[in-house]
Amino acid sequence: MITPALVLSAIIFVLGTFGVLVRRNAIIMFLCIELQLNAVNLAFVAFSRMVGIEGQVFVFFVMTVAAAEAAVGLAIIISIFRHYETVNVNNFNLLKW
Amino acid sequence: MVQGGSIQEGAAQFEPFLPGLVVLLPLLGFALNGFLALKHARLSADAVRAGGELDLDGPSGRPATHTLPSLIGPGVMLGAFIITLINFVSMMGVELHEPVVIEYWTWMATGTFSVSAALQLDQLSMIMMMIITGVGFLIHVFSVGYMKDDPGYPRYFSYLNLFVFFMLVLVMGASYPLMFVGWEGVGLCSYLLIGFWFGDREKADAGKKAFIVNRIGDFGFLIALFMLFATFGTLDFVPIFENAETSLLYGGAAVTAITLFFLLGAAGKSAQIPLYVWLPDAMAGPTPVSALIHAATMVTAGVYLVARSSVLFALSPVGSATVAGVGVLTALFAATIALKQNDIKKVLAYSTVSQLGYMFVGVGVGAYTAGVFHLMTHSFFKALLFLGSGAVIHSMHHAYHATHSHEDAQDMRNMGGLRAFMPITWITMWIATLAISGIWPFAGFFSKDEIIWYTAAFGGAANAPFPGLYTIYWILALAAAMLTAFYMTRMMVLTFHGPNRTGQEEAKHLQEVSPVMWGPLAVLAFLSMFGGWINVPEAIRTSFLGGFGALPMGEWLHHWLEPVTERAHHVQEVNLGELSHAAPFGGGELAWALISTVLAAIVVLASMRYIGARPGVPARDDKELTGFAKVLYNKWYVDEFYDRLIVQPIVRFSRFCWKVIDATIIDGIVNAVGWVARGFGWGISMFQTGSVNTYALILTVGVLVILGVSIL
Repeated sequence: MITPALVLSAIIFVLGTFGVLVRRNAIIMFLCIELQLNAVNLAFVAFSRMVGIEGQVFVFFVMTVAAAEAAVGLAIIISIFRHYETVNVNNFNLLKW
Repeated sequence: MVQGGSIQEGAAQFEPFLPGLVVLLPLLGFALNGFLALKHARLSADAVRAGGELDLDGPSGRPATHTLPSLIGPGVMLGAFIITLINFVSMMGVELHEPVVIEYWTWMATGTFSVSAALQLDQLSMIMMMIITGVGFLIHVFSVGYMKDDPGYPRYFSYLNLFVFFMLVLVMGASYPLMFVGWEGVGLCSYLLIGFWFGDREKADAGKKAFIVNRIGDFGFLIALFMLFATFGTLDFVPIFENAETSLLYGGAAVTAITLFFLLGAAGKSAQIPLYVWLPDAMAGPTPVSALIHAATMVTAGVYLVARSSVLFALSPVGSATVAGVGVLTALFAATIALKQNDIKKVLAYSTVSQLGYMFVGVGVGAYTAGVFHLMTHSFFKALLFLGSGAVIHSMHHAYHATHSHEDAQDMRNMGGLRAFMPITWITMWIATLAISGIWPFAGFFSKDEIIWYTAAFGGAANAPFPGLYTIYWILALAAAMLTAFYMTRMMVLTFHGPNRTGQEEAKHLQEVSPVMWGPLAVLAFLSMFGGWINVPEAIRTSFLGGFGALPMGEWLHHWLEPVTERAHHVQEVNLGELSHAAPFGGGELAWALISTVLAAIVVLASMRYIGARPGVPARDDKELTGFAKVLYNKWYVDEFYDRLIVQPIVRFSRFCWKVIDATIIDGIVNAVGWVARGFGWGISMFQTGSVNTYALILTVGVLVILGVSIL
């Protein structure tokens, strides 16, 4: 019964990972991270059928963190955009040795 | 607080009177003078910064900064001397058999090892204290005159006071570690005072040389301490000497090693072969320093050490024979060098080395009293000779200074005929010369003769070890005595007799020194004349040489020191039997005393005629020496020999360690490690591109690898 849900979760997670790795637009990469998080959420809910209510409780934690992350992440992206007038991550490579 | 002491029913007990103050007064003097010296240094630094020089002239014509040190320096010495004298008199009034140990606090305690800061008062330390504070006071007074124009005046007195403090710790300490503190302290002060005029590179180097050579001896001293602790479990004098006879085997390996290591320490401090080379160079210091440290007190510390440890040395015939052998060789060797020196202080320096050799002979043949006796008389006449030479140099220096001449004020070839200008110095120095030459009835006659006599008597003892050896010692000691008479007379004739060679203009400026300088000379001359009478041997006292027993105190010093030396004498009596009453070639004590004094007198008179007959030439006109005289003048090339054999190899080895081992190998390894770390870091840093995608990729791959590993 949970197998389709887990397969769907895996597909979404891989899509999200792939998006983070290949896309250069910071907003898109950000959304892909959200996709990964939600794939995990789906897996949690699916597993809660077998294991118990803890899986669903954990989903709320993940959503809370995701909301906080969205707030901080978007704020950073906006301030970067104000500075560079672009959100292409290829331009942001100052943070190195 | 007082432990031990003579606890006899009904007998009066010795109560030490403020013994700590004897030590503390010079320390106080050091602190006060040191403070003044610092203040003085700051003032002159300020003056130099302001573009001038510190104006030293006070209202009285003497520098204003000199008033307080002139009072404090000799003042604390006088205080210490008076307290010592009170203690001395009160000790004379009682029969004291055991030393009085005054314990102040525990200095260090670890496990079974414990050392107290404790002073020991007994007959030996009392004699030493009398010499140090008494002669020390006179030399402090002399310094007031001698150093009066020196800008380092307060510093000079602070060092001098500090020296006296350490010297008193050396002789009053109740344990070997405390003695070692004094031992090192006097070495430090010697270094500071030899290099007192440190602006002169040569003088600063002489200070270093003294310090380093002494270090070799200190190594021996320390090893001996460790071995003593291993044997006795303590380093306090009283228990060690009490148990020595039972804990140590007569002639055993342990006691022989201990005494030989002690001898190494003593040879360093007392300038004996092979470590004597620092003392002649130490003459770079101010002349009163030479008198106090390098003649009267510090250099006798080695003799004091042997006399203090007399029971240990008595237990080791090999150790004692080595002490005497080193002493007699040094006495003869240094005397030969003194024959050809032209610097008045160098003659006295080698003469000091030679006389210290005699003291070593004395304590080496079991005549501990005779060694200490010669130490005492030597401190009188040698301090007098040095102070007299200081007066001469002072006067010569002023004469040359007045005419702006750059001749050497210490070279005897530039002197001559000074008796007309400096009669008091002339007479007092003749007294000292006759004393050191061993001529009756001056002090040196009694002390030196006793040492020579005991050498013969010891060698002739019933069970004497190496009897033939002591006959050789005896002959060499007699020969050195004749040389002493010759070179001292030579010095006197060159300095005071004949025509004046200083120069026409200069001679007008030569004059007798001030009373503050000749006063101490007069006192020391008195002591050099009569100081020997405190220990006139019975054989001589009852003869015409001793005034047919007119002196009430025959062998007074011998009886006085008996409580200190009785253990050593007991060991000798048990193992050697009775001492001989005849010299190797016949003749008793009186006969040989007579022979040696007559011989010395003949040598003095003959050399006066011989040297006086030769035309003197000033130093700049003198031709270079040749042959054996040149070898003697160059001190047998011992310094050069040491330089080749020891100093240069060490310098080369140090250069090798520096250039090859340190700079190439060790630094190479360290640098290589640095380069590897740097290169590795540089390589790794290439991964840090700054691009978020790369990081994300690496992260993902990393997670996959970890997952893969954990699944597998």
